[in-house]
Amino acid sequence: METLITILAGVLVTVATYLILSKSLIRVILGTAILSHAAHLLIMSMGSGLKNGSVPILDEGIGPPVDALPQALILTSIVISFAVTALSLVLAYRTYQETGTDKLDELRGIKHE
Amino acid sequence: MNNILVMPMVIPVMVGILLIFLRPYIKAQRWISFSTMIVNAGIAVYLLNRIQTEGVLRLDFGGWEPPFGILFVADSFSIILVLTTSIVTAICLLYAFSSVGKEHENMFFYSFINFLIAGINGSFLTGDLFNLYVCFEIMLLASYVLVALGGKKRQLSESIKYVVINIVSSWIFLIAIAYLYGTVGTLNLAHLSERIAESGQTPLLTVISIVFLTVFALKSGLLLYFWLPGSYSVPSTAVAALFGALLTKVGIYAMIRVFTLLFYHEQSITHTLIGILAGLTLIGGSIGAVAYKDIRQIIAYNVVIAVGFILVGLAVATPIAMEGSIYYLIHDMIVKALLFLLAGTMITVTGEYRIDYMSGLIRNYPLFGWIFFIVMLSLAGVPPLSGFIGKVLVGHGAIEAGSYILLALAFISSIFVLYSLLRVFLNSFWGETIISKEDKVPMKNGWLIPCVLLTIGTIVLGLGAEPLAVYVEDAANTLMNPQIYIDAVLKD
Repeated sequence: METLITILAGVLVTVATYLILSKSLIRVILGTAILSHAAHLLIMSMGSGLKNGSVPILDEGIGPPVDALPQALILTSIVISFAVTALSLVLAYRTYQETGTDKLDELRGIKHE
Repeated sequence: MNNILVMPMVIPVMVGILLIFLRPYIKAQRWISFSTMIVNAGIAVYLLNRIQTEGVLRLDFGGWEPPFGILFVADSFSIILVLTTSIVTAICLLYAFSSVGKEHENMFFYSFINFLIAGINGSFLTGDLFNLYVCFEIMLLASYVLVALGGKKRQLSESIKYVVINIVSSWIFLIAIAYLYGTVGTLNLAHLSERIAESGQTPLLTVISIVFLTVFALKSGLLLYFWLPGSYSVPSTAVAALFGALLTKVGIYAMIRVFTLLFYHEQSITHTLIGILAGLTLIGGSIGAVAYKDIRQIIAYNVVIAVGFILVGLAVATPIAMEGSIYYLIHDMIVKALLFLLAGTMITVTGEYRIDYMSGLIRNYPLFGWIFFIVMLSLAGVPPLSGFIGKVLVGHGAIEAGSYILLALAFISSIFVLYSLLRVFLNSFWGETIISKEDKVPMKNGWLIPCVLLTIGTIVLGLGAEPLAVYVEDAANTLMNPQIYIDAVLKD
C-alpha cells in the first residue's frame, strides 16, 4: 500500500512539474494545486504506515490505534492550499484583465508603465 | 499562566478581523493598527524582562503537555525580534498614513498589515515545526495581497512570480516536514532536538536538514534571491519597507533556529554549506548593488548583502559571531526599513527611478539628504552607528573560527554597500538641482517624521548597545546551548 501511494505521489509531482513549466498562467496554478496534493499523499505515507492499527478510539478489544497526527497535518495543509489556490486564481484573473494575456512569456517585458 | 505569550500573534489577528468591519472609517483603522503595534512592543518589553529572571517561557495550548500539543516558546532571541518587528511596523504605518492613499487604505490595507504581523510574530514564537509552516503561510498570504494591492500591470506580473516561487518553496517545506516526521516521529522543536541528539544526526537526517536549508534559503534570499529584486520593487513604499525589513528576516530566523537547535551535530557539512552559500550571496549581492541605476534594484540588492552577512555569523557558529548576527539582524531591520522609505520618497518627489535622472536633492530637502548620509554610514558599519557592533562581533567570531575567506568577503561586501549608496548619494543628492521652485513637491511631515524616528533608532541602537548587550548575550547563549531550550520545554 505504501508503495502504491508513493508511486501515486511521484506521478502527481511529475504532472505538476509539467504544468508549472508550461506557459499558460492557469496551467501553472493548476500545477501548484496538484503539487500540494502530492505532498499530502507523501505525509500520509510518512506516518507509522498505512493500514497499520485500528481506529483511534479507546475501547476494549481494539488494538493499538493508528497515528492520527498525519491526518491532522494534511487537513491543515489542505485548507492552506485551498486558500492559496483561490487567491492565485483571482490574481491570475486580474492579471489577465489588466494585461490581456495569460501567457507568461508575454508578461515578461512589462517594466514601467 | 503565561497567556500573554500568545498576545503578539492574537492581537493583530483580532484587530485585522475587526478592521474589516471598520472599512469606511480610515482614521480609526490607522490609529487602531498603530496602537496595536505599540501594545505589541510593550508586551515584548515586558516578556523580555521576565525571560531574564525566569528563563525561557512557554505556553501549552489547551493544556496539552509537550511534546503532544502545539506550544509557543519565548526565548530572548524570538522576543527581541518581536520587539523590533513591532517598532519597525509602527513607524512604517506612520509613513503609510500619508503615502498609501485613500483608495488603497480602503481596500483592507491595514487588515492585511495586521495579518502579516500576526504571521511574522507567530513564526518567531512557535515551538512546533508544523506550526512554523502555518505561520509562514499566514504571513505569505498577507504578503501576496500586499504585493498586488494597487493592481498596476507591473505589480501583477511580479506578484505572479512571487506567489509561484513561494508556493513551490512552501511545498518543499511541507515535504521536509513529512520526511522529518517519518524519520524522527515528532514535530515539537525541543523534542526533535532531543531525539536527533540521541540518534547522533544520521546521514539521513543531514540530507533532510539540507532540504530545510533549501526552503529557508528560498524564503530568506540566501543565494536563491533571484525573485527578490523584482518583487520588492513593485509594492507601495510603506509595504516595500516592511518587506525589506521583515520578510527575509523571518527566513533567517527559521534558519538560525533550525540549525542551532536541531541540526548542529554535523557542522562540517551543514554549516560549511551555509558558509559557502553566504559567501556566494555576498558576492552576488555586491555585484547586483553596483550594477544597476534603478534605485529600487540597488536597495533590493542591499537586502541580499545583509542576508549573506547575517548568515556568515551562523556559518562560523561561535558564541561571539552569534551575538554579532543578532545585533546585525536588529540593526538591519531598522535600517532597511529606513532605506526603503528614503528611496520611495526620492521616487515620489522626483518621479524618476534612475539615479542618473535625479540630481541636487539635498538643496531642496536638506534634512532628508543628511538622513540618507547617516543611513549610508550606518549600513557601512561606521561607529557609533548601529551597524558597527554587529560587524565587529561577526568579524571577531570569523577570526576565532579561522574562516578568513568569509571574513574577507563580509568586509569587502561592506565596501560595496558603501560604494553603491555613495553612488546614489553623489548622483542624486549632490550637483545642480533639477527641481525648480515651482515644481518642488513639498516634503510632507508624514514622510519625514518616520524617517527621523528610524534614524534616531539606528543612532540609539549604536550608542545604547551596552544596555542591550544583556539581552543579546542571553539570546546567543540560549542558541548556542540547545539544552536550555529543551529543559524549558520538556521539563516542568
